[in-house]
Amino acid sequence: MALAEICKISNAPYMRRTAWDLSDVEEDLKAHTSNLANPYTLAAPPFENPMHNLNLIQANADKTGIKIDFDHGTTTLGFKYKGGVILAVDSRATGGQYIGSQTMKKIVEINQFLLGTLAGGAADCVYWDRVLSKECRLHELRNKERISVAAASKIMANIAHEYKGMGLSMGMMLAGYDKRGPGLYYVDSEGSRTPGNLFSVGSGSLFAYGVLDSGYHWDLEDDVAQELGRRAIYHATFRDAYSGGIIRVYHMTPTGWIKISETDCMELHYKYEEQKAQAAAAAQ
Amino acid sequence: MSILAYNGGCVVAMRGKDCVAIATDHRFGVQAQTISTDFKKVFHIAPRMFLGLTGLQTDILTVRDRLMFRKNLYETRENREMAPKPFSAMLSSFLYEHRFGPYFIEPVVAGLDPHTLKPFICNMDLIGCPNEPVDFVVAGTCAEQLYGMCETLWRPDLEPDQLFEVIAQSMMNAFDRDAMSGWGATVYIIEKDKITERSLKTRMD
Repeated sequence: MALAEICKISNAPYMRRTAWDLSDVEEDLKAHTSNLANPYTLAAPPFENPMHNLNLIQANADKTGIKIDFDHGTTTLGFKYKGGVILAVDSRATGGQYIGSQTMKKIVEINQFLLGTLAGGAADCVYWDRVLSKECRLHELRNKERISVAAASKIMANIAHEYKGMGLSMGMMLAGYDKRGPGLYYVDSEGSRTPGNLFSVGSGSLFAYGVLDSGYHWDLEDDVAQELGRRAIYHATFRDAYSGGIIRVYHMTPTGWIKISETDCMELHYKYEEQKAQAAAAAQ
Repeated sequence: MSILAYNGGCVVAMRGKDCVAIATDHRFGVQAQTISTDFKKVFHIAPRMFLGLTGLQTDILTVRDRLMFRKNLYETRENREMAPKPFSAMLSSFLYEHRFGPYFIEPVVAGLDPHTLKPFICNMDLIGCPNEPVDFVVAGTCAEQLYGMCETLWRPDLEPDQLFEVIAQSMMNAFDRDAMSGWGATVYIIEKDKITERSLKTRMD
């Protein structure tokens, strides 16, 4: 065995001992279930210099036909105001022009005081939000105190930074309530992390910003703020082909998040249309 | 993205018993952005004939205008109404004229023959390969979805009101799975003595 170890082939399958003890099992488990024990260990792509070659594959997707492209269409928004944080999102998932789902959950309930929104690669966001919720729970157990929004968003930004250049696609907002009051952070797969009062992310974000900016004010009443978020998403679903489905509105309050509403776009469209017609009739 | 999907939209036509139906969505967009929701891609070009055009909007309008010119010329010369069959033949050769620089459209023709009143439906690719099936024809960004819906819902010898239901459901359920089509729809039912136009209440996202 000594020669084998010097030659560094002791781990080769044909050199394995047939009698197994517990340490072998653990070793084996690690080798074959990498991210089961540790979510940060993702399998490296099966070629050398992954970072460089992964990008080459993506860049030459049209020629090779090997295309790794995930759904991008989304509209999500979040804003802080005197009553906490409002998050509103659509629920459409598209793969190219095809609508894969109209009922996707794009707000992830990390814990009672933390919500994450999801835009970009759905799998990326869902996976890393799950990891984040584990980290937040561990923080709580270790420190006997809930994690701050700032710290949680930093964990997310660190993950994004670690995988920067590998093709992760995420644009998420983290909203929460902690000792410092309401918190809202924007984190994306490029590694940026910014606190702010008002964000909108996704292909329909510009349409949402248009409505949001015209109605936003710090001293909004709760129902007005919720309706503003809903309306901004509705207008984005109308104009943006890649947004639609159900509009979900969440409210982060000092006592945790509340799910305010889940309304079908179609219902909202005809409701707003009727309101517009009534207003026009009243004006005459 | 294909230039045929740049503006989005879809058309479907179906044969019934002594009637035909043609339906269009209302979207005019530029890639992901919806510009307007009142662009009908189906044109009433003869008393019992409709022409549906999907694809690039600028070409839809050009092809419609050029075909109307040719059709009017034919009718003035021959002093009789143009039937759907010769109209489709003319459309086909018009499209093949531009074999090496085609109009980016996919046409659908639906109508009744002016004399025999026989139902007629037809579609083509962008360079004019004609296709005249007995059941239905589809075109546009959700063609696959439309084929699936039509294949399951269509039956032979549908009466006009049944045909309306089948074409409306096919259309709506197809474009609800397509990001580039939708935002309202219109169905035309062509019978020997009347044409019925109905707007559908659809999802607007």
